[in-house]
Amino acid sequence: MSGRAWLLSDTPRSRGQARLGRAYLGWLAFLDNPLAVVGFAIVAGLVLAALLAPWLAPGSPIDQDLGRRLLPPSAEDWFGTDELGRSIYARVVHGARLTLTIVVLVAVIVAPVGLLVGTAAGYAGGLVDTVLMRITDIFLAFPRLILALAFVAALGPGIENAVIAIAITSWPPYARVARAETLTLRNSDFIAAVRLQGASPLRIVLRHVAPLCISSLIIRVTLDMAGIILTAAGLGFLGLGAQPPLPEWGAMVSSGRQYLLDQWWVATIPGAAIFVVSLGFNLLGDGLRDVIDPKRQ
Amino acid sequence: MAQQTARPAGASASLPPAVSVFLRFVAAILLTFLGLTAVTFVIGRVVPIDPVLAVVGDRALPEVYARVRAELGLDLPLYRQYWIYLENVLAGDFGTSVITSRRVIDDILIFFPATIELATLATLVGVLLGVPMGVMAAACHGRWPDHLVRLLGLVGYSVPVFWLGLMGLLLFYAELGWVAGPGRVDIFYEGLIEPVTGFMLVDTVLAGEPHAFRSAIDHLILPVAILGYFSLAYISRMTRSFMLEQLGQEYITTARVKGLSEARVVWRHAFGNVMVPLVTVVALSYASLLEGAVLTETVFAWPGLGRYITDSLFNADMNAVLGGTVVVGAAFIGLNLFSDLLYRLLDPRAG
Repeated sequence: MSGRAWLLSDTPRSRGQARLGRAYLGWLAFLDNPLAVVGFAIVAGLVLAALLAPWLAPGSPIDQDLGRRLLPPSAEDWFGTDELGRSIYARVVHGARLTLTIVVLVAVIVAPVGLLVGTAAGYAGGLVDTVLMRITDIFLAFPRLILALAFVAALGPGIENAVIAIAITSWPPYARVARAETLTLRNSDFIAAVRLQGASPLRIVLRHVAPLCISSLIIRVTLDMAGIILTAAGLGFLGLGAQPPLPEWGAMVSSGRQYLLDQWWVATIPGAAIFVVSLGFNLLGDGLRDVIDPKRQ
Repeated sequence: MAQQTARPAGASASLPPAVSVFLRFVAAILLTFLGLTAVTFVIGRVVPIDPVLAVVGDRALPEVYARVRAELGLDLPLYRQYWIYLENVLAGDFGTSVITSRRVIDDILIFFPATIELATLATLVGVLLGVPMGVMAAACHGRWPDHLVRLLGLVGYSVPVFWLGLMGLLLFYAELGWVAGPGRVDIFYEGLIEPVTGFMLVDTVLAGEPHAFRSAIDHLILPVAILGYFSLAYISRMTRSFMLEQLGQEYITTARVKGLSEARVVWRHAFGNVMVPLVTVVALSYASLLEGAVLTETVFAWPGLGRYITDSLFNADMNAVLGGTVVVGAAFIGLNLFSDLLYRLLDPRAG
């Protein structure tokens, strides 16, 4: 029996086979959507660039060479050099690490917080629900960028603080998604069965409700990635994110601004990198939603 | 904000629906505003700068330090401090800006109109172009106008606004010379125009300066086009999805079967039902432009509130930063909840 036939079997012999079969079907549906594949390729490219940065761009992204300032793109320096003679190619490739770090950190903070708040509110109901959702609504009504700005102003500029500021302002939608999912689950039979077996509410929420909310959250996270990247780049552009000499893309656009009219590549190329990467996450998120979200099938 | 939590059973059962909607609306505004001020208050407290030291200097005697601390109200319990802060904010008192040495509220009154001018014009662009584009896309579902609108939306959701602004300056200002560069008017006119309303287009007309008016338009075109594009991307995408939902309904089939023209089916029947949720979308888009102007204003050296906040930030002028945050936040919250209220009032099902 070929691997493909085994995966697509109508009568799987084990749970593992059934699960792999579902995943394979999802993968096939995903491959059917060319835009989603492009998005996947871009995101995979970002991850590879971050992992392999020292090999892809052997030069240092930080060491200055003032003899080679503001050189236009050439065979030697694909993207030219910046105002301190650093290779923009090396800086863009190494910048992938910063971008990926920020995105992953924000997602790792925000998704569990949203998941906990949302499932707790949805499962407990009553007063807990009202209070938690009021707080969520309040945060949802805040202007994200301005608030992130004020937080960074208080905490001081830097990547960690930018991550904290973005995380504080972006958890509410996750709580809402998780709550909506929990509400559809809480009265189902299997939850009642678990409850009758004597499971504590904590166990029910963490072991039985939360895992089922995760696929919705993953879609939401992927769709949000572009927004997170843009906000982080915006903070970097304003000088409030990663500090020099770190090769953060937004900060690179900002420092290239003063050379815009004569040396266009200094600001243009890092900005294009931000654009391509957030486009990739948007395409991937749309594709994932079509595959994972059962309501759309 | 469109879907608020359901009304608790029995609450305000004796009140007419419009009144209870209004009461809940007021409660939501108050609560959210309390939350906003609580956040800015906390931010103001965690700043690593000791406000007492900023007044007395670091060589002051302990007694002087303690006295100033008491004068500033910092020895009071936190909830009292918050209460005082809230009273000040409600009275429009955000303290004095360290840099301009004016009251922060006066500064905001000078800078905010520039932001409003930009955001309003951009929203106009977004509505006038975005709504017809969204309707067209839905009417031609799966054909090229649809793909074009989706592409425009996708790019709009992915491109960094500050980069697009810089590219716009590079192309249309530096290369082609079609538009004017950064700033609100040519330097020649700066200071000549009496700021009556704060809106440059109005002020130049009031001052009877047609050339300055022309110059103001030249300066507005590019930032308005850039921000308008983001508004358009959002509005056309939402219009498209609302329209697709309506066009799939049975009453549309009925209308078609009756032999109505396609234009009438799309614009009268489907679009008529889309207008209510669209009001919400437009209000949200306007609110996000007020906020998103922070980056655009930096790129275009636009003397608006966003730029005021960032400039103050770099000078550690916390009063100005927090004052600006509260004002933008209040405008944002107001628009958010206003759109929610409109939705409830206009849509008979939601009331």
